[in-house]
Amino acid sequence: MKNRLPLKGVTILEFSQYLSGPSAGLRLADFGARVIKIERPETGDAGRKLAIKNMWAGSDSLLFNTINRNKESAVADLKNEDDRLFIQALIKKADVITHNFRPGVMEKYGLGYNEVKKINASIIYASISGYGNTGPWKNLPGQDLLLQAVSGLAYTTGNHSDAPVPFGLSIGDYMAGSHLAQGILAALIRRHKTKQPALIEVSLLESILDFQFELLTTFYANGIQPKRSEISNGNPLLAPPYGIYKTKDGYIAIAMTNLDVLAHALDCDAILLYEQEHVFIQRDAIKKLLADHLATHITTYWLEKLHRQKIWAIQVLNWKQLRAEEAYKGLKTEQHVELNNGGSFITTRCPVKINGEYLFSAAKAPALGEHNQKIKQEINSTIKKIKSIA
Amino acid sequence: MRLLEDILVLDFSQFLSGPSASLRLADMGARVIKIEKPATGDICRYLYVSDTKIEGESTIFHAINRNKESYAADIKNETDFSKIKQLIKKADVMMHNFRPGVMQRLGLHYEAVKEINPNIVYAEISGYGDAGPWKNLPGQDLLLQSVSGLTWLSNNKNTDPTPMGVAVVDIVAGAHLTQGILAALYQRTITNEGALVQVSMLESILDFQFEVLTCFYNDGGQLPARSAVNNANAYIAAPYGIYKTDDGFLALSMTDILQLGKLLQCDALLHYTDASQWYNKRDEIKSIIAERLMDGSTDTWLNILRTKDVWCAKVLDYELLMQEEGYQCLQMELEVKTSAGLTVKTTRCPIRVDGKLLTSHKGAPLLGEDTFAIDKEFCIR
Repeated sequence: MKNRLPLKGVTILEFSQYLSGPSAGLRLADFGARVIKIERPETGDAGRKLAIKNMWAGSDSLLFNTINRNKESAVADLKNEDDRLFIQALIKKADVITHNFRPGVMEKYGLGYNEVKKINASIIYASISGYGNTGPWKNLPGQDLLLQAVSGLAYTTGNHSDAPVPFGLSIGDYMAGSHLAQGILAALIRRHKTKQPALIEVSLLESILDFQFELLTTFYANGIQPKRSEISNGNPLLAPPYGIYKTKDGYIAIAMTNLDVLAHALDCDAILLYEQEHVFIQRDAIKKLLADHLATHITTYWLEKLHRQKIWAIQVLNWKQLRAEEAYKGLKTEQHVELNNGGSFITTRCPVKINGEYLFSAAKAPALGEHNQKIKQEINSTIKKIKSIA
Repeated sequence: MRLLEDILVLDFSQFLSGPSASLRLADMGARVIKIEKPATGDICRYLYVSDTKIEGESTIFHAINRNKESYAADIKNETDFSKIKQLIKKADVMMHNFRPGVMQRLGLHYEAVKEINPNIVYAEISGYGDAGPWKNLPGQDLLLQSVSGLTWLSNNKNTDPTPMGVAVVDIVAGAHLTQGILAALYQRTITNEGALVQVSMLESILDFQFEVLTCFYNDGGQLPARSAVNNANAYIAAPYGIYKTDDGFLALSMTDILQLGKLLQCDALLHYTDASQWYNKRDEIKSIIAERLMDGSTDTWLNILRTKDVWCAKVLDYELLMQEEGYQCLQMELEVKTSAGLTVKTTRCPIRVDGKLLTSHKGAPLLGEDTFAIDKEFCIR
């Protein structure tokens, strides 16, 4: 990396676990911040032992390694007096704290925003909750699938006759982490000008509602529950042909276009029986007609016709097919992370490019408490100072 | 002081990806001026429509562009081009989402803009990056979902590839652009240097899949296998999924199958004593759970499961959600007013700062609504 990374010199204490908070820490680390995970003794971040597909990298799950690469780890027991001094000294030196405990937990340990501000008057204190800090849901578990379920999101995907279909990824965690990173960055900018501390609060529920802002604004305006189409639903707000269709040898995605253009491109006069102004009412019939028509030839046959009329369409790929494409290889989205035991794994890099350079970082995720000694040495004088005052 | 007070953003972008980024910057206190082509403006005003319209424009346009100003100028017109250059001098951030090469042709690519304003933060979103065989393909959400492998993650095994029913690629790319802009602005406060920030929709939607892609990269390239029934995540063991009850739907997160068997009084589940079976035999296990949950109402099951802190929730649609106090107390709804006097209800910024909600009641601008005032304010002629 030739450039100076934008967050060079910023230190973040990450009390967060699992995905939402740590995904924010990962992005900030890739931007150049020093991220120190503060973990409880013995177990640490519960994500260490949460594996998907039973995949491990050393003694921690591959999932943990994916989310926590490029960070350091310090172990501290929040109930232990010496460790609390250690944390206090760290807070004095830090710029940002993140946590995603349920509401009230950090306060119980004397680490709520107001207490932390007494230790460091210009701290940026950022938290993610499940459902906000008040109200009847505040103590419910903030787990991604459950947030998808209560937020209406499960009625956006799949077809009308399907049961509610959740997104097959943790969209609530991911968006909340992204919003937290945004809030932290904006607060760092203000702090540089005014020395002001900041409290940044995000909840999974608010984040997943924000994610649906187009659908919700439409619902507020017309009071009609968004309806998925009977077949090939792509987005409940959008007119046909918007969706994915089966061809003779695979699948094709077609985005928005006018019916007459589409009929002409596909040699499908039957579509012309429908009028553009009625597309929303007759969405299912039009899509059914299209589906029958598209099933008669292979994907490339249709793509050529559609592209000739500049209609937005593309073949549907899986990861194997994608990975074989030149366009994918040229993006260099993969990076190798070396592990302590000599092994390595491949993961994605930061998606943001700065001054024409990709942000790679091959640093691995830390072992539990790996950096305790190094960090203690760095802040020894601060610890002594706190002790002498006490 | 608002977080981004005194930051001026010139937004040349259209549709959703770029404009969703500037919306967030506006929420946090930046001043956002949309630069729009006279007569037509942001194509999203008319083209990207649902069947619900407000003032003849799509609800979607109003949701994305509240709290912004609009300056009408044609980059291809010499006089307007000179005005735009004067505005660029005043700006902290400039952003666009044209296809690669377009800004170059128009003379407003980063190198050219840097000549006008050396420490500007210049941010752009492309579909597929600015090089390679796909660089000129249209960067459209559904198409990006389709080529990125994302459609093989949702819905059950024997269903067709299923896109996510929200413009997830646009939104995620917009979020990444926001992050990049903010990081670059922060750096600028320290070094006084600007930066070029680039995001592509393809890289963004790959990043969104980073956990499961990392599995794929390291498990010998096995494709995701969605569960045959009640799929919610191809990589997670039973019971993870949404289940039908006798009066609705129930979501069940990760939990111990044996404990679940006891709580649901479902002996068939008690045979799965080896936890590795919960993934390997998840279709079988999920089928058993699905059949059992049909015997009772959602609330009955919730009451039973929550006594033992099993992670579960009732599946709600918007109508039901809005009747819940848990939704109402968040005050997520925001009313904005357009200059034509129309009130539009939308959602507010999801980030709280210093314990306060970030709200602004300014609606989306009419095309070119602020051109005159901006000219006057910045002495542009």
